Amino acid sequence: MELWIGLMTGILFGALLQQGRVLRFEKQVGAMLLQDMTILKFMLSAIIVGMIGINLLVHLGVVDLSVKSTQVGANLIGSLLFGAGWAVMGYCPGTSLGALGEGRWHAIWAILGMLVGAAIYAEVYPVMKATVVTWGSFGKVTLPQLFGISPWVVIPVLVALFLLLFFWFEKNDL
Amino acid sequence: MAISLNAVASVEGFVRTREFEKKGEMRMTTVRSWRPYVAGALVGILAIASVFVSTKVLGKAKYLGASTTFVRSAGLVEKTVASDHVADNEYYQSKKVKVDWQFMVVLGILIGSFAASRIDRSFKFESVPPIWSERFGDNVGVRAVGAFLGGIVAMFGARLAGGCPSGHGLSGLMQLSLSGFIAMAGFFGAGVLVARMVYKPKKGEGIR
Repeated sequence: MELWIGLMTGILFGALLQQGRVLRFEKQVGAMLLQDMTILKFMLSAIIVGMIGINLLVHLGVVDLSVKSTQVGANLIGSLLFGAGWAVMGYCPGTSLGALGEGRWHAIWAILGMLVGAAIYAEVYPVMKATVVTWGSFGKVTLPQLFGISPWVVIPVLVALFLLLFFWFEKNDL
Repeated sequence: MAISLNAVASVEGFVRTREFEKKGEMRMTTVRSWRPYVAGALVGILAIASVFVSTKVLGKAKYLGASTTFVRSAGLVEKTVASDHVADNEYYQSKKVKVDWQFMVVLGILIGSFAASRIDRSFKFESVPPIWSERFGDNVGVRAVGAFLGGIVAMFGARLAGGCPSGHGLSGLMQLSLSGFIAMAGFFGAGVLVARMVYKPKKGEGIR
């Protein structure tokens, strides 16, 4: 059952990524070159809808959050490394499989590289765990928890910010 | 799926295309497309539905993500040649080398993208992507080496950061997670910097 739900979710996710045209190398690198903000429009739209819906369900006590730990050192160094590799390969882990699906078969090199990268990380994990991962640990914390305010204060601010960004993207034909 | 695809397709009418002249050559560019907004909003609904359904059916909320699957896949491959080594590895132990919910999501992305691109005929074989070919030429080998090395660095980074633009970006920000905001800043910060260095757009070309 778990696997079937996962597969259905993935098929829908893949179809929407493809229809949003965010799977393409030129869209991902285009965003990093600040020429084409398609992937940001897509991500921020998903986040606006998702954060309202999920926080509503949490508010109603229907579902739980599953927040990743904040370890400032690991989050920051890791994400900077990711960004550097992302710029060169032009795909992120999820979109690489989707790109392969729509015929961009060169994504296979990126996928192979990422498998090797994951294997290397598994080898050096004990060292990372003892060093970088311990730097600046805040635990599983959300912005509202950090500032001691309601998520319903944070969400409207973010929505307004994202809508302003959309306005700016469209105004500048990005 | 058919419903969501139709919803996206129906906004095609809003798409305006514009021709503009650049360095003597005519290029077609699509402006004011509603595609990314509509498809993105539907992914938001999918994320909510996924969390709801997984909580009800599986007893645990499942949030979209992708990069842990690369760890499990690497473990599954390594297992075929060195099963003891994988069994002893602390990281593989913590992530559990098996086919799970997220593994199927990632596999589903491949299938969904293939189906959608065949339906609207945007499926296209491509051996070297645009932007890359303008900078490095059409050599498949050069692209392969670049993408492979980029992939190693990116996945190492994603595992250190604890997630990728799906897990940290989409799911993290939907939950207003502090780690998600830090990671997104890092992903795009380094991405913008390195893309500029790698693809070196000439003065006045493209960058506003």
